[in-house]
Amino acid sequence: MSTAAIELKGITKRFGSVVANKDVSLSVQNGEILSLLGENGSGKTTLMNMISGIYHPDEGQIFINGQEAVITCPHDAYDYKIGMIHQHFKLVDVFSAAENIVLGINDGKRFNINDVYARVREICEKYGFEIDAHKKIYQMSVSEKQTVEIIKVLYRGADILILDEPTAVLTPQETQKLFKVLRRMRDDGKAIIIITHKLHEVLSISDRVSVLRRGEYVGTLITAQTNETELTEMMVGKKISLNIERSQPHDTEDRLVVSDIKCNSREGVKLLDNVSFTAKSGEILGIAGIAGSGQRELLEAIAGLQHIDSGSIIYNNPKTKTQDNLRDKTPIQIRDLGVRLSFVPEDRLGMGLVGNMDIVDNMMLRSYRHGKGMFLKRAEPKALADKIISDLQVVTPGTSTPVRRLSGGNVQKVLVGREIAAAPTVLMAAYPVRGLDINSSYTIYNLLNEQKKNGVAVIFVGEDLDVLIELCDRIMVIGGGRVTGIVDARNTTKEEIGLLMTKTDGGQINE
Amino acid sequence: MLTTIASFINAAIIQGIPLLYGATGEIITEKSGNLNLGIPGIMYIGGISGIVGGYIYEYYTPEPLAALCIIIPLLSSLLASALMAFIYSFLTITLRANQNVTGLALTTFGVGVGNFLGGSLQGFFGKSGSISLLTTGTYYKTSLPFADDLGLFGQTFLSFGFLAYLAVIIAVICAFILKKTRIGLNLRAVGESPATADAAGINVTRYKYVATCTGGAIAGLGGLYFVMDYIAGAWTNDGFDDRGWLAIAIVIFALWKPDLSILCSFIFGGLYIICTYIPGLSSAAKELIKMLPYIVTIIVLVLISARKRRENQPPAHLGLPYFREER
Amino acid sequence: MSDKIKHTEPLIRISKRDDLVWWKSWLVRIIAVVLALILCSVIIILLTGYNPIQVYSVMIRGSFGTSRKLWIMLQNLAMLLCISLAVTPAFKMRFWNIGAEGQVLVGGLATAAVMFYVKDSMHPLLLIIIMLAASLLAGIVWALIPAFFKAKWNTNETLFTLMMNYVATQLVSFFIMIWVPSGSSVMGIINQNSQAGWLPEIFGQKYLLNILIVAAVTIAMFIYLKYSKQGYEISVVGESENTAKYIGINVKKVILRTMGLSGAICGLAGFLLVSGTNHTITTTTAGGMGFTAIMVSWLGKFNAAIMVLTSFIIVFLQRGAGEIATKFNLNQSFADILTGIILFFIIGCEFFVNYKINLRNGHKEGK
Repeated sequence: MSTAAIELKGITKRFGSVVANKDVSLSVQNGEILSLLGENGSGKTTLMNMISGIYHPDEGQIFINGQEAVITCPHDAYDYKIGMIHQHFKLVDVFSAAENIVLGINDGKRFNINDVYARVREICEKYGFEIDAHKKIYQMSVSEKQTVEIIKVLYRGADILILDEPTAVLTPQETQKLFKVLRRMRDDGKAIIIITHKLHEVLSISDRVSVLRRGEYVGTLITAQTNETELTEMMVGKKISLNIERSQPHDTEDRLVVSDIKCNSREGVKLLDNVSFTAKSGEILGIAGIAGSGQRELLEAIAGLQHIDSGSIIYNNPKTKTQDNLRDKTPIQIRDLGVRLSFVPEDRLGMGLVGNMDIVDNMMLRSYRHGKGMFLKRAEPKALADKIISDLQVVTPGTSTPVRRLSGGNVQKVLVGREIAAAPTVLMAAYPVRGLDINSSYTIYNLLNEQKKNGVAVIFVGEDLDVLIELCDRIMVIGGGRVTGIVDARNTTKEEIGLLMTKTDGGQINE
Repeated sequence: MLTTIASFINAAIIQGIPLLYGATGEIITEKSGNLNLGIPGIMYIGGISGIVGGYIYEYYTPEPLAALCIIIPLLSSLLASALMAFIYSFLTITLRANQNVTGLALTTFGVGVGNFLGGSLQGFFGKSGSISLLTTGTYYKTSLPFADDLGLFGQTFLSFGFLAYLAVIIAVICAFILKKTRIGLNLRAVGESPATADAAGINVTRYKYVATCTGGAIAGLGGLYFVMDYIAGAWTNDGFDDRGWLAIAIVIFALWKPDLSILCSFIFGGLYIICTYIPGLSSAAKELIKMLPYIVTIIVLVLISARKRRENQPPAHLGLPYFREER
Repeated sequence: MSDKIKHTEPLIRISKRDDLVWWKSWLVRIIAVVLALILCSVIIILLTGYNPIQVYSVMIRGSFGTSRKLWIMLQNLAMLLCISLAVTPAFKMRFWNIGAEGQVLVGGLATAAVMFYVKDSMHPLLLIIIMLAASLLAGIVWALIPAFFKAKWNTNETLFTLMMNYVATQLVSFFIMIWVPSGSSVMGIINQNSQAGWLPEIFGQKYLLNILIVAAVTIAMFIYLKYSKQGYEISVVGESENTAKYIGINVKKVILRTMGLSGAICGLAGFLLVSGTNHTITTTTAGGMGFTAIMVSWLGKFNAAIMVLTSFIIVFLQRGAGEIATKFNLNQSFADILTGIILFFIIGCEFFVNYKINLRNGHKEGK
């Protein structure tokens, strides 16, 4: 084997007590595409951020063309001819493509934007990009913006390219175009690392594939010698028993019937595509899927925060026995219908809670309108805050502490506690245990189970398959905004769900 | 009739020059994302520091040299205005203070210093009466020697002191820098999206400091022009009036473009004095006409926000602080 | 290798802190004011040659020296505080209303207009009520115009409200020109003889009613922001629009309602200035207080109780510096210089309250 373009040896990175990467070693040759495969939170992005100079590894070494390299800032990475294309584009909206590409470069020559256009055209022709360098970024589609980011990196002479989930925002056709370009760059001798969790893409584009799981390096395979099943097993690992208690649902009735809802982003990308399902009382419905597959839009559509283009969301009211369509109603209208819907959003401090307010005032977010008169009644929320603090063992100096100062687990207890206190009939929770330690996670599982026993229809969006399988009664898998399957959680395997998750637009990629 | 129009255009340009300095300075500042509401104060400082510089020189020199009469006030004006902008930069960029509050405090301070020194300078030197720098003022007012020979054209367009031409030249240079150079590109990126600029390796803090201080120095020249050329080396308290705010209005009216601001300044300058050129106007109607610049600015502001044409928007990060930790 | 990495950490790292105990943060602010006073002293010595202690005692006499001075100081304090209270709900919502100056002026103009046209042809109480209603309405309209466009098209409110100030100034000039036939640009005392529309003196004090009204507004605003449902909504919208939408707050409605309130109190201030204090209107009736109020409100952390203190500091400074100027034969603008310097220090010191400066060494890279 010739010298690798880039080689990592024994890289370890910790954030506090959390180990994001543990003893990871991998390498990429010139003229090779390596896929870095792993679930959400498996440490792929952290690893790549160490190569591009955003983080420093705690242990381990990086070699570029056989020489040990110290990369401490993004600029060092440029000097080593490493270019990273992030998931979130860093572009100036009102600038043209060319202006963005040349931004911050000082080659000492007289600046002439026409030279930039010429060079951009050269790069485009060489690798087969289709882009109008005069076009402004705000007029561009996501795919065009991504192209600009890639050209930006090439313009700076990068030989090692890292793409962080580049296909997450692309349509199948755009993905095909991207892959064509990537192959041309590979044939030109570039070393390319593509971070992804879509198996069919791995098989379609890469020469080799390295797998990470929970921050640990699992292994590297030659793509031509493997298949989806083997990769899924490596990615999800063996089933780990968590011993989450689960009761048998009884007396279930259809509480929320979602039929054929569709929703497009402003750019016309399908966020939700014919999603249909039923959430039953006394049951936990799990939603599994790669992050960004439409989970957020789905929950927000139900909560009255997201406009949908078609379809219906029918709520069967257990008290009045009426059926109400929640589609395109505001949260207040939904509440006024007598729908007791609670929602624990993914963005806890940016949406569910106000970070600068204390626990009592955060308790009031849902209930401050109660009662007549123009003044707030703080006695009830104060009592609720005290109750939640003692029931859920929230660690806080007091009820008047701004919630932003609490730790992640305690923030989540406050939020979930408040949402449950409203005595909901439907409880939606998006990634409620993300970033929480084991004990807090179990507190949340117990709370959800309690709600289920009380006859609440619980919708649980999760990312950890082990948790989903042990906690939920049924699991709906979504991919690319579509429901790819609904399985019985008691009779499924991680592999089955893993395959459903990555099925999105399966098959269409291979030309 | 023709003479009236010519003299109106001439007067409009004279009124427009201080506004043009202020607007150009504020555009450069705002392009870096700093909304400097201290510009009116800085323009007072630019004027008074020029007066102080010229006063001291004239006071101690029996026969002042033309070159020094020009250079000393010019330098003191530039330095003092840049120093004011530096205070603003230090507070808002390094100490991350609120831009509006800092700017308004700067205006209070600047207007105060201007009026204080303007009112007491004579007293400090044991004299009484109001300041009059006849020699310096005359040098500043000196126009091109051949202007008068060119008839009406010369009288209309060439009869100004050098600061008037400098205002246009600076505006053109600023427009060129913003549009055509690397520095301009980087500066615009800082005001639009400092995080992007930072990621591209641009020193955001340095750009903000340099742009704000340069902008302040340019704006200060507007004050200098006013005291040295327009009122010929004198000072009247609050004489500069609300021209500083008018300059900020021009920034909006000119859609943050220095080349366009040349024309806009002359239009606003014209609106400032047009009432004296329309015969038979009641004094009440004159006040309504003076309202026009602000009204049209508001209309422009509303239109650009309604039409949402991205090129015409204020810099996206205008008025907001930038810290790298917050990504 | 680890040495190299350590070396590249920046020399100074600044991070947000939120654990400063209250007395420490006030200590920082007091130190800032003391430093500012020292700097002011240096300037005073340079200009006057007098001992600064002597000068400061003149300053104190300027505010408290005679009962007349005390009343004027209290009146100034009341008016500045009133306008500061007006802009506060808008700021709390993160709406930069720097148009208080104009909103006060149109409020005053409406009062003056009613006084001018109605004269003494009406029952005094009824007249006052109409004047009050007119000025509140004028202030509300002036504030709602930018708020409407903010809610509709997200028009930049800082620039919009700023421009509205000068439209208001010209509007006042316009009406003065119409009302004063001689062509003089100065409006004399309105209803000099009949005193129609003048707020009455109570207990023989001309300014007492103004002061009491503002005291009531202060308490009401404190309660409104802290204990009312609407005040709570303002806080939520200001902190996070996303959260506001999540709990079903109509953000546009809150923007309009809050700016309406802001304008109404500005209108009230205009009413008090014209009907209670000056009995006339000029383009400088608001006298820059609309701008000073922004600083008062911001320095007072949008808390009505602290704002009493911050507006006191500023009024005390202005009165005191005015006294120094008179006494030592300096120009009256001296007050603005001292105010400016002290403001710079107070503005700057907030940094040390809100941020921690970590020097290299000692601190490991955290999460």
